[in-house]
Amino acid sequence: MKDRKENHSLLIKNGRVIDPAAKIDALLDVLLRDGQVAEVAPPGKTRGTAHEKIEARGLVVAPGFLDIHVHLREPGQSYKESVASGTAAAAAGGFTSVCCMPNTQPVVDSADWVTWLQQPERGAVVNVFPIAAATKASKGGTLTDFRSLQRAGAVAITDDGKPILGDDIMRDALRLASEINLPVIQHAEDTRMTEHCSMNEGPTSFRLGLHGMKTIAEASVVERDVQLATQFAGARLHVAHLSTADALKAVRKGKRSKAHITCEVTPHHFTLTDADIRDYDANFKMNPPLRSQADREAMLAGLADGSIDAIATDHAPHAPQEKIIEFERAAFGITGLETAIGLSISQLHLGHKIPLPRIVELFTAGPARVIGLRGRGTLVRGSHADVTIFDPKKRWTYDASKSRSRSHNSPFDGWAMTGKVVATIVGGRVVYRGD
Amino acid sequence: MMKATRGSLLGIEHLEAGEILKILTLARRMNPQKPQTLLRGKKVLLLFYEASTRTRSSFEIAAKSLGAMTTLVLSSGSSIEKGESLLDTGYTLRGVGADVIVMRHPHAGAPHLMAQHLDIPVINAGDGMHEHPSQALLDAYTILRRKKTFKGLQIAIVGDIYHSRVARSNIHLLSKFGAKITLAGPPELLPETAATLAPGLHIVRTAEEAVRGADVVMVLRVQKERLAGMKISLQDYIARYQITLQRLKLAKKDALLMHPGPIIRGLELTWEVADCPQSMIVEEVRNGVIVRMAILARALGKAK
Repeated sequence: MKDRKENHSLLIKNGRVIDPAAKIDALLDVLLRDGQVAEVAPPGKTRGTAHEKIEARGLVVAPGFLDIHVHLREPGQSYKESVASGTAAAAAGGFTSVCCMPNTQPVVDSADWVTWLQQPERGAVVNVFPIAAATKASKGGTLTDFRSLQRAGAVAITDDGKPILGDDIMRDALRLASEINLPVIQHAEDTRMTEHCSMNEGPTSFRLGLHGMKTIAEASVVERDVQLATQFAGARLHVAHLSTADALKAVRKGKRSKAHITCEVTPHHFTLTDADIRDYDANFKMNPPLRSQADREAMLAGLADGSIDAIATDHAPHAPQEKIIEFERAAFGITGLETAIGLSISQLHLGHKIPLPRIVELFTAGPARVIGLRGRGTLVRGSHADVTIFDPKKRWTYDASKSRSRSHNSPFDGWAMTGKVVATIVGGRVVYRGD
Repeated sequence: MMKATRGSLLGIEHLEAGEILKILTLARRMNPQKPQTLLRGKKVLLLFYEASTRTRSSFEIAAKSLGAMTTLVLSSGSSIEKGESLLDTGYTLRGVGADVIVMRHPHAGAPHLMAQHLDIPVINAGDGMHEHPSQALLDAYTILRRKKTFKGLQIAIVGDIYHSRVARSNIHLLSKFGAKITLAGPPELLPETAATLAPGLHIVRTAEEAVRGADVVMVLRVQKERLAGMKISLQDYIARYQITLQRLKLAKKDALLMHPGPIIRGLELTWEVADCPQSMIVEEVRNGVIVRMAILARALGKAK
């Protein structure tokens, strides 16, 4: 994917180019050549010719979307997903780059596995940036070798799926990672408080007779992490799938300090609440769980006002035998790559009047900044020729059974939404074409 | 609403008041002393993933009193132990010819999953902390035999509400008919959220407040291990919430004392209370058979 295709050019004509990093929102042509953005110019004003042209009248032309929280399930769990199937779903969702989580079998805690994930044999359709484990086997005991992981291509470290609970080990992780400018991503959950829990604590969990997770289990970890991160100049703490108002408060406080604190929110946390869990359908079970309406509203406010840096899907494919079982026994997680932009436009733009450029920022410049991916998340000249073209007005219905993912565990099956990907371009080549 | 075969009984929450009354009316016509042939040739599968004395024997006797065949499948000693999934067990029982499955399961929602995938009625005989609809129906039947109507009745429910499927089902049922319900228990076993279960619920923190003026006092079992796990002193619990004769006197003269069982004498209630004239504990069990006969007849379309 990253090898530049020589002598190939693609002109995207007459689209509404939204490039928040460059503060551009205008009708422009975009010329891609040899894997790079060669030119962005008023319609008809690009110099030179192109081998291929795409008419984008009425469409939004955005920097390629980045999803910094995806479970591709390789190595070891290809019955759920593979790099090939997961990135095909990513392309269909408009993502040109994904960061994949290390909670695989075995855990990606060595440079060898980081390298393996990026090999052409994996069949990736979009750019794959591995995130490596913070501790050996993500057991929270011994830190991994951050430098060698970074050299092999890891863009961040995390024990996602599990939190790094120990104060000392989290402090050491932040300190060592700060020396090499590597983000530490935390799955914020004090698991000592969430044992046996399968959803959020509240009226719905009481009614359904399910043990509920308290919001403090998330907020307390975020508060501690923010405190630790402020101790080291250059430390970068990123809060994964933030879901509670209290945790967002802690992030906002952290952002006012000198530390580099960022966070992401998933489409399901700004779309659904725990009251939406019906009939014990495990496609509504994920971790963090769907929260209260007040928490959801806090997420919407944070997305609008800029305190949330990125939308990330936490795409977590699972096989039917892990989901079509008793709710309490079912695996946590839902797929999300293909529904992210549709939900974002439907919920954030149409539902809550968040301007399209802000939404595009949450998919592009925002996540690129979180991870520190240079030349991505923008269309300035010389950046990677990764482009997402979408129709913000197109109405469509999601059919999970037709997903490109190997798994179909989505609560949004059968949902009507507005906003659909028309083309996904990676390195100047079209890798997905919508209908 | 979810898909379930007609005749299923998954919970009280989504059952209409009219439907509840129909079952209670049908129960009046049931008599286990006079065996009937209403369900002759029908196969009732009792699928129990959890221990049970009352519910299991009661459903079995109810089914046999109506002329049905019963088969008991326990999670231990069956393929469930070998890792067979809930649905595969359901398909198997359907395959051997079950006409209805009565199931008890430690996980909330397990009967709902079963009902969504099977084309026969599923009766919830208790799912985790969620619901125990047949218990609520037999309690309602017991109350209605003694009181004219639910409307305006003062009901006290005392004990471990949080873990109780009986409490949830009873609260849903009684509030549908306009009873005034007061819940009593320590915060660990009765969180404030419990008040959101139905409109007009009151939460109090002493047994006296709940029992005073009550028409019905429902006592729930309290597990010693749970108290210990939540660091509630047994002595404190007993001092505050145990139903004693003295406390029961605060209720109306003709108040009913109810308990879904199993009772632990000396913990949630005293020995004397369990056997006092107001105690409905044995009558509840007796009525359980009648009400479950009605539930099975309804499940198999014989509720004429």
